Amino acid sequence: MYKTKKECVAMLLAGGQGSRLYALTHDMAKPAVPYGGKYRIIDFPLSNCVNSGIDTVGVLTQYQPLALHDYIGNGQPWDLDKLNGGAHCLPPYQTALGAEWYKGTANAIYQNIAFIDRYDPDYVVMLSGDHIYKMDYNKMLQFHKEKGAVATIAVQDVPLEEASRFGIMITDDDSNIIDFEEKPKNPRSTFASMGIYIFSWKELRQYLIDNENNPDEDKDFGKAIIPNMLKANEKMVAYMFEGYWKDVGTLDSLWEANMDLLNPNIPIDLYDPEWKMYSKNPIMPPQYIGPNAVIENSMVTDGCVVDGTVDFSVIYEGVTIEKGATVTDSIIMPGSVIKSGAVVEYAIVGENCVVGEGAQIGVRPEAVENRDDWGIAVVGHNITISENAKVLPKQIISENI
Amino acid sequence: MSNNRNVLGLIFSNMHDGTIPDLTKERTMGSVLFGGRYRLIDFPLSNMVNSGIDEVGVVTKSNYQSLLDHLGSGREWDLARKIGGLHLLPPFSHVQSGMYRGRLEALYGVFNFINYSNADYVVLSDCDVVTSIDFSKVIDQHIATGADITAVYAKDIINAEQAQHATVFSFNEEGRIVDVLLAPHISGAANISLNMFVLSKEFLKNIVLEAASKSLYSFEQAILQGRTREYKIMGYEHEGYFSKITSMETFYKANLDLLNLDNRNKLFPENRPVYTKVRDNPPVKFAIGASVKNSLIGDGCIIEGTVENCVLFRGVKIGKGAVVKNAILMQDTVIGSKCDINAVITDKNVTISDMRMLTGSQNYPLYIGKGAVI
Repeated sequence: MYKTKKECVAMLLAGGQGSRLYALTHDMAKPAVPYGGKYRIIDFPLSNCVNSGIDTVGVLTQYQPLALHDYIGNGQPWDLDKLNGGAHCLPPYQTALGAEWYKGTANAIYQNIAFIDRYDPDYVVMLSGDHIYKMDYNKMLQFHKEKGAVATIAVQDVPLEEASRFGIMITDDDSNIIDFEEKPKNPRSTFASMGIYIFSWKELRQYLIDNENNPDEDKDFGKAIIPNMLKANEKMVAYMFEGYWKDVGTLDSLWEANMDLLNPNIPIDLYDPEWKMYSKNPIMPPQYIGPNAVIENSMVTDGCVVDGTVDFSVIYEGVTIEKGATVTDSIIMPGSVIKSGAVVEYAIVGENCVVGEGAQIGVRPEAVENRDDWGIAVVGHNITISENAKVLPKQIISENI
Repeated sequence: MSNNRNVLGLIFSNMHDGTIPDLTKERTMGSVLFGGRYRLIDFPLSNMVNSGIDEVGVVTKSNYQSLLDHLGSGREWDLARKIGGLHLLPPFSHVQSGMYRGRLEALYGVFNFINYSNADYVVLSDCDVVTSIDFSKVIDQHIATGADITAVYAKDIINAEQAQHATVFSFNEEGRIVDVLLAPHISGAANISLNMFVLSKEFLKNIVLEAASKSLYSFEQAILQGRTREYKIMGYEHEGYFSKITSMETFYKANLDLLNLDNRNKLFPENRPVYTKVRDNPPVKFAIGASVKNSLIGDGCIIEGTVENCVLFRGVKIGKGAVVKNAILMQDTVIGSKCDINAVITDKNVTISDMRMLTGSQNYPLYIGKGAVI
């Protein structure tokens, strides 16, 4: 079938399990995890693509893809249901030579060379479904073109003490990447890779083929493709991004990233009409706030019924918080019910849970003697917490109690 | 549809425009905003879709720009279909059609559309009644009783003002309509028409053609009233929750009725969702210092003040220290800080500057027109 040429195609790596989200990713891939009241993590890269004018997105899926495929559908919520281009879910597939899982990020793209070639793009943007940020990829693409680079890697200037958690880019004065270190003990720079890359497709295509044909190499961008390009002295540049960017790969960071939405001093604004975040909107009536409700400094969305106390919390669609229940500093995911007298503090409650009357989920850090014992309490999806049960800080519940 | 019946839905978007002239100045009755995120046409349209009707025509007359914008291709109601789907039927669509005076003329204007449909039955509905109803049960009864026309009604207690906009039925023991009163001078308990009817397509075609040849245009007068004895017109009692909008006052009350959780649950049962145009609003933000009680709130609102007994549509902003009570604030209304607002209806995009005080009364809410800046 004839496809019009696209200057730039995005490939979104959404196959990861996100194992450090434990119970929350037990049966859904990390990019499908709810975030921010009515979004899922993947809404951010997808909305960024659309807002940046990129209308062709391949979404590479592998781990528990049902929720993700179902969510993305034909891409319509992001205006990505296109005759030419649009959103395409790309799970691993069988060929005449056999079938293979995606063996790594590079292999995942390698297996989809045919998909990319259909659009004959000059550039490919590589994204992941792990981060919350609003970014104009088109500005980054302009930078890539101005510099005449083969690869452009988006970086953030992070505090030195955190630099060893990231892939660190060492650059010269002209943004050229001269070296690269994965999670270095003694970082030589504070420019952390954001996991957002732009490649010139012709060159990347060849590196992918060579990588695939070399049995000794990892099939991974960080471990093979980027080092190989460095070795070959390809023009590689770092693109500095100064806005909000947060990896939501751990329970703590997922909780923090939700709380960041409630902090007016943190620059992640979902209400900006110039950079709208799209999502599959729930078909539910408006929320009802009851006569006994006390709600401050929180976000609550369609379909909720709140008659209890909510403070510093993010409440997702279709949640019920009964009279006499208290939710503070917490995230309650879609469809859950918090019964009367229950107290939820510093916790994440997954989708479609029931927290019974008088139950206690998590505690405030001040209430714990030894601060090392304190952490976010987590209840996985579809779980019932019986009356008066207790979930301790740091506990992760993945079965009914 | 459960038993392979082909059913065509026809919705009249402009009937009753005159009952709330302020709200219909720039829109049809069907596109009047309701319940925090909906337009009135969402209710009959969703009822049809939820009853398995997948071919719907919307008969419009005038002022229909907002209606067309709202409905688009019908995708949000799952009616963007190759087979069936949503059809917008404006006037002047063929030589004989024009500005209709009544339902029969409107039907004559879309006669070809009806004629070409594969449907065996036709469900007619206006946009003045907000309810959740399963039309497949009405059709079941229509077939079982062998009626020519089945009219949906409800038992209600109405005042003299509401009666002026009511069609009132009396029945014999079998439930057949034996008397029809239009805008009667009565008050109290009555069987009022919900302006929803089921007929077979062939029967509908016959009465429309006959009416055209006799220059009859009112379905209520010429058919329901004029042919009560001749046609078998049966009543179907709808027992669920409903609101019939006949004036600004009833519109106001119908909105505030949704603050009763029981009513909200009956109008929006989980298995019969009400569909509407998606706006991609973020969740509602309750700021520090916000206080909200007994209110229905659409997504995208930012609330920094006090809100009690209100319906806020999507994208409303309430400033710091503002106190808003008993109000219906439509889409993107902005209330400045320290305002004092009571018993007010604001249309879309109204802006009230800081420190203003506006007060209506419960039986005569103060209405502020679309786009006004105060």
